[in-house]
Amino acid sequence: MAPAQQTKLRWGELEEDDAEDLDFLLPPRQVIGPDENGIKKVVEYRFNDEGNKVKITTTTRTRKLANARLSKRAIERRSWPKFGDAVHEDVGSRLTMVSTEEILLERPRAPGSKQEEQKVGGDLAQLGKGGATLMLCRTCGKKGDHWTSRCPYKDLAQPSEGFVDKPTASEAGAAASGPSKGTYVPPGMRAGAERTTGSDMRRRNDENSVRVTNLSEDTREPDLLELFRPFGAVSRVYVAVDQKTGMSRGFGFVNFVNREDAQRAINKLNGYGYDSLILRVEWATPRTN
Amino acid sequence: MRPILMKGHERPLTFLKYNRDGDLLFSCAKDHTPTVWFADNGERLGTYRGHNGAVWCCDVSRDSMTLITGSADQTAKVWNVQTGEQLFTFNFGCPARAVDLAVGDHLAVITTDPFMDSPSAIHVKIIARDPADQTGDSVLTIKGPQGRINRAVWGPLNTTIISAGEDAVVRIWDSETGKLLKESDKESGHKKTITALTKSVDGSHFLTGSLDKSARLWDIRTLTLIKTYVTERPVNAVAMSPLLDHVVLGGGQDASNVTTTDHRAGKFEAKFYDKILQEEIGGVKGHFGPINALAFNPDGKSFSSGGEDGYVRLHHFDPDYFNIKI
Repeated sequence: MAPAQQTKLRWGELEEDDAEDLDFLLPPRQVIGPDENGIKKVVEYRFNDEGNKVKITTTTRTRKLANARLSKRAIERRSWPKFGDAVHEDVGSRLTMVSTEEILLERPRAPGSKQEEQKVGGDLAQLGKGGATLMLCRTCGKKGDHWTSRCPYKDLAQPSEGFVDKPTASEAGAAASGPSKGTYVPPGMRAGAERTTGSDMRRRNDENSVRVTNLSEDTREPDLLELFRPFGAVSRVYVAVDQKTGMSRGFGFVNFVNREDAQRAINKLNGYGYDSLILRVEWATPRTN
Repeated sequence: MRPILMKGHERPLTFLKYNRDGDLLFSCAKDHTPTVWFADNGERLGTYRGHNGAVWCCDVSRDSMTLITGSADQTAKVWNVQTGEQLFTFNFGCPARAVDLAVGDHLAVITTDPFMDSPSAIHVKIIARDPADQTGDSVLTIKGPQGRINRAVWGPLNTTIISAGEDAVVRIWDSETGKLLKESDKESGHKKTITALTKSVDGSHFLTGSLDKSARLWDIRTLTLIKTYVTERPVNAVAMSPLLDHVVLGGGQDASNVTTTDHRAGKFEAKFYDKILQEEIGGVKGHFGPINALAFNPDGKSFSSGGEDGYVRLHHFDPDYFNIKI
């Protein structure tokens, strides 16, 4: 009978059973105190790994913090009966809840730098952790080390080329929404369709277009117009604005009626200090699509 | 820290006030019932029913037995804190905005909004020790400032009254005669509506918050500008830590624009600034709308914020908050 039962039992359960069996041999748990100093002693007996009986004494001190802090009147108020709407409060109403989210006092990262820039940087940095190679410096070409704006060689590098396609691409996304895979394309815009008016409008936008980058966040279209008007007739001014935050994204486009005016504006304003930032003004690269 | 969320109000919060011992927290909102909470665990103790309009402001006596509230229903009411019973009602012809009890709790200053033909006014009332003797007469009525007077508080030794409001000027009045003693000048002062005003614990200086996206610290006697805290959002509420040299500013974009922009653009955090260096220490996020009310527990170990979203958030600081170094 006994061996049969043992075969049925698995060894893991057997061990557990064993311990349970022996537990009654131990003296009961003893609690001493708490005394006037708040010191409480708990004496327990247990078997250790070798099967020896061990006595464990835990000494704890209990402090009544709340009472030490509250005045006598405040303790009295604790026992005040509820009144008003609080009397008929449903148990399930859950008016008071502890936040499930841990909220930290968020320290500003680098003193002196702008909050919004940091936020964008933070978001991108998080993205970068997944993609690893997203952080690419356009000045020195180093991958994953720093952003273009933080490049230690920024001052040494020739201020040109860079920014080749990125701003135009995002501008296209904001203004004309260049067709990409998976998104709905209206029939008139599809490849092969006639697009007389569309291309017409596009040509007008691209004509004598000057790209202005490194604008400060506060710069708006009227400011740009004011800056560029002295060089000649301006047909269009556009500042890219983040749709979500409503903040300027730091670049814009200015279209001149005459090409010579545009060239003069580029010559004059490229490297011009505007609103504490140094502007970069250049011909807008024509859109590839 | 894990803040305690208190959802007792159905409309935006307007004002928060701790009692002197710091165990009770009074909240006022645009719904009609001011509420009292236990400040340690956020449990609701009771509500004060009787107002018929938005409640803009409240103050509690030093012994935590009487509460005074000012409401848009053109009344200011005196309540028994313990039972929620109405003791007295001051009737005005216009909405009451700010209330403040003087040191000693025998005087109260109540401001009223401009309404119909009557301009805004500051009223001084005697609060009788026995509610049965209470009368509604004003000891003093001050008129003059244009627009709403958003806050009025008592100056040192109850000799002055400090008022601030829509005209962006801080004024100090003689509380006996009603004479204008001092006025902040336009250049150094706020440029837009002053929305909040709070005194320091010792009553030597006070802090104002304004829609011009700044908060300013003033000397309470001389009205000299001591510090300016510049932020990037309109300031709706200000608080000063009684323990550390910290200043908290709450605000956010105008409530009417909240749904039209990204939540990041709203800037609904409570921002901590170093009082002396005027530098930002940090921000506490959480509200889904602008912060309308801020209050520090008198022990300086917790603070609460009330938002346009109808929530009161009670924050008990983590230990590392007390060792922040700039």
